[in-house]
Amino acid sequence: MSAVGASGGRPLLAVRNLTKLFGSFAACNGIDLDIQPGEIHALLGENGAGKSTLVKMLFGVLAPTSGEILWKGESVRIPSPGAARRLGIGMVFQHFSLFEALTVAENIALSLSPGISLSKVAEEASRLSHLYGLPLDPKAHVADLSVGERQRIEIVRALLQNPELIILDEPTSVLTPQEADRLFETLAKLKAEGRSVLYISHRLEEVQRICDRATVLRHGKVTGACDPRKETPASLARMMVGSDVASVSAAGTNTKGDVLLEARHLSVPARTPFAVTLKNVCLKVRGGEVLAIAGVAGNGQGELFDALSGEYPVADASAVSVRGRAVGNLGITARRLMGAGFVPEERHGHAAVPGLPLSDNLVLARNQSDRRTFLSGGILGIIRRAVVHIASRRISETMDVRKSGEDPAAGSLSGGNLQKYIVGRELDRQPAVLIVNQPTWGVDAGAASRIRQALVDLAKSGSAVLVISQDLDEIFEVATEIAVISEGRLSDAYPARELTREKIGLLMGGMYGKTEGEEAAHAH
Amino acid sequence: MRIELEKRANPSTFYSILSPFLALGLTVIAGGIMFALLGKSPGSALYSFFIEPLLDVWSLHEIAIKAAPLILIGVGLSVCYRSNNWNIGAEGQFIAGAIAGSIVPVVFHDWHSSLVLPLMLIFGMIGGALYAAVPAFLKAHMNTNEILTSLMLVYIAQLFLDWLVRGPWRSPDAYNFPVTRDFAPEAILPELVSSGRANLGFAFAIIAAIALWVMMRYTLKGFEITVLGQSERAGRFAGFSSKRMIWFSMLLSGALAGLAGISEVSGTIGKLQPIISPGYGFTAIIVAFLGRLNPLGIIAAGLFLALTYVGGEAVQLTLTVSDKVTRVFQGLLLFFVLSCDTLIQYKIRLVFSRLSRGNEGAL
Repeated sequence: MSAVGASGGRPLLAVRNLTKLFGSFAACNGIDLDIQPGEIHALLGENGAGKSTLVKMLFGVLAPTSGEILWKGESVRIPSPGAARRLGIGMVFQHFSLFEALTVAENIALSLSPGISLSKVAEEASRLSHLYGLPLDPKAHVADLSVGERQRIEIVRALLQNPELIILDEPTSVLTPQEADRLFETLAKLKAEGRSVLYISHRLEEVQRICDRATVLRHGKVTGACDPRKETPASLARMMVGSDVASVSAAGTNTKGDVLLEARHLSVPARTPFAVTLKNVCLKVRGGEVLAIAGVAGNGQGELFDALSGEYPVADASAVSVRGRAVGNLGITARRLMGAGFVPEERHGHAAVPGLPLSDNLVLARNQSDRRTFLSGGILGIIRRAVVHIASRRISETMDVRKSGEDPAAGSLSGGNLQKYIVGRELDRQPAVLIVNQPTWGVDAGAASRIRQALVDLAKSGSAVLVISQDLDEIFEVATEIAVISEGRLSDAYPARELTREKIGLLMGGMYGKTEGEEAAHAH
Repeated sequence: MRIELEKRANPSTFYSILSPFLALGLTVIAGGIMFALLGKSPGSALYSFFIEPLLDVWSLHEIAIKAAPLILIGVGLSVCYRSNNWNIGAEGQFIAGAIAGSIVPVVFHDWHSSLVLPLMLIFGMIGGALYAAVPAFLKAHMNTNEILTSLMLVYIAQLFLDWLVRGPWRSPDAYNFPVTRDFAPEAILPELVSSGRANLGFAFAIIAAIALWVMMRYTLKGFEITVLGQSERAGRFAGFSSKRMIWFSMLLSGALAGLAGISEVSGTIGKLQPIISPGYGFTAIIVAFLGRLNPLGIIAAGLFLALTYVGGEAVQLTLTVSDKVTRVFQGLLLFFVLSCDTLIQYKIRLVFSRLSRGNEGAL
């Protein structure tokens, strides 16, 4: 299906039959796309659909294997980001490229040609930032800024080049709802000036709210071009996923068990200059409960996971309890032996070693908890491969892990399938306590719904589940209780049905009301 | 035209097996060119370098003698390298083991007992391990780069040995030559078979290689080494400690290098002297990589590198070329092994399109 030109006239940017091959794998396969002047155009698709590859070709980071890019009707080659900028294309990446130790103005000056004085850069940057409603202090150090503010630097940096097309890659994935609203106002301003925006997202609501047209990608191909306002979230999701997505049936168990996981006044100093200090975190999760911890990335989620999992134990034993036993000073193995299971955020190189086969990655997490089953030979510790293989097959079958071959390297699985395996690896033990950080981050919708259902089912069977997530949709799907983490502090937990998105947004910004007397940290 | 390296989706098994042989082939070709430039016939030079030593019982024994320390050190280093600890100082640990093991036969030369030899071997291992403990401590607790510390300790060990044999340990009956007294017969490592000089050191090497192969392949310890080498964070998640792994791998490789050192002194030289190694500790690094960091591969690689020592001596005699030829061959080999390993992870692609120029990063 090719893109339908919604309005007449010459498109600002047109892409014809663009293909990018990595070896024999087609990341983009014959893509057609038109972007009109003054429109906000959404590029929708799941992770791995080819969105990033496409925009990298548009921004000169990757060279297309075949196909044509037309800029204002003329065929162009974009060999480098510099060339893209000269044409009038600006880009704001999902992962920022900022030096934390430098100031805002210094970071902006770095991307400009040398010889422009810093004060001039600062002046121009603050003029632009006011014009577009992106308040920024040019003298502030990047390390002190929130993720939303950092994104503004990137946007201002792109605007300084006066682009006609701005590409934004998943811009709201790191923002609070309120910060996202401000971003949308800025985008509306850019549109009013006649600039075009290519908006990459997998969040359907946003796309419906701000975008004029949408192009949907799946497996590197265009599967639809539409006016998102005329579609329903369900019909857009169908275009993205190719089938209907099962909805998660909520937890909703009323019988509350004992407190199985507890943190009492857990404080952890930052290990590195740019890490977050955990301040007096208290939480309780009972059997049958799913406590979800919401929060914008980089507010101490990783540090909280490290302290709860025991990868970095704390001095105070009573700061963390598993099933009533103080384990704060014990390592991850001791906590596993107490019946706890853990799923970290990063799949490659933390939850799994990508170069090792799946069965080895099963031994990774369960080498002590299943010592009697998986090992023999006493202190020699001979790994019983046959037994491990059987368990690995069982996990793959239960979680519907799609893989090539019997026991492939973990790194060869797609994100969703590897995550299903990593979650399944813990569920297979029937843990009394499960702590999961970003359970469905970068996972396709089908796998995400399966993983969420598994978490809910585990809680229903009487276990305590703690989910740390940035995804509010996910949180409302699985949680029975919700707390919010902001700058290393955790809010009180509220029953999920009493909370609204707006309330969570306020908590994310640091407005705790009764628990903390501080002023809102996110106000500008 | 330009050459592009394209990452493979999965490491290629084909090239991981072929790569060492490819490297050998390229080394032989480059060596042939070198001999031609020196004005020697490449064919006969390569023949006396690589083939002739294999045709003689005497030189086969020499190969076994030289392979023993290379394999012993190489398998220890493979454990280090697999766990991401870069011990470059095996030469120093070899010397430290030789010195520690020589305490009994040199200082207590009047004590005659069948316990002498076992004690020497144990002291040798302890000496090598203690010497490796220095960089291990510095890395685990001071966050020091072990490549630098272990390498620098090599020179300290060499000079310490030099001082010992010229000073306190110099033999009273050696006419002021810088050597210790000859070891007593019960302090000499027995020969393996009656046909030649090869000693028990070669047996130690094979036993150590097989034991470490079993450990790496079948045990949780081997798994721990692999995991920590590939991802420290995943190792921590598994409950493994990278600090303890620094200690384990450094002490193990140090002990094996020390065992190699005392075996060489006791079995081959029979006394301490200023120079006891033609660079075994460094050549063993090549052995470890040529053997794919796999203990069984290291046996083969150790034998091959031993051949370059023996072959180098042979061409030095028959063709009157410099003994540096051996080092050139070893250097070429390491260079080609590491280069060919690129093929395991990457595909080479020739791109014939013109690359148009664009100024990067301008406004």
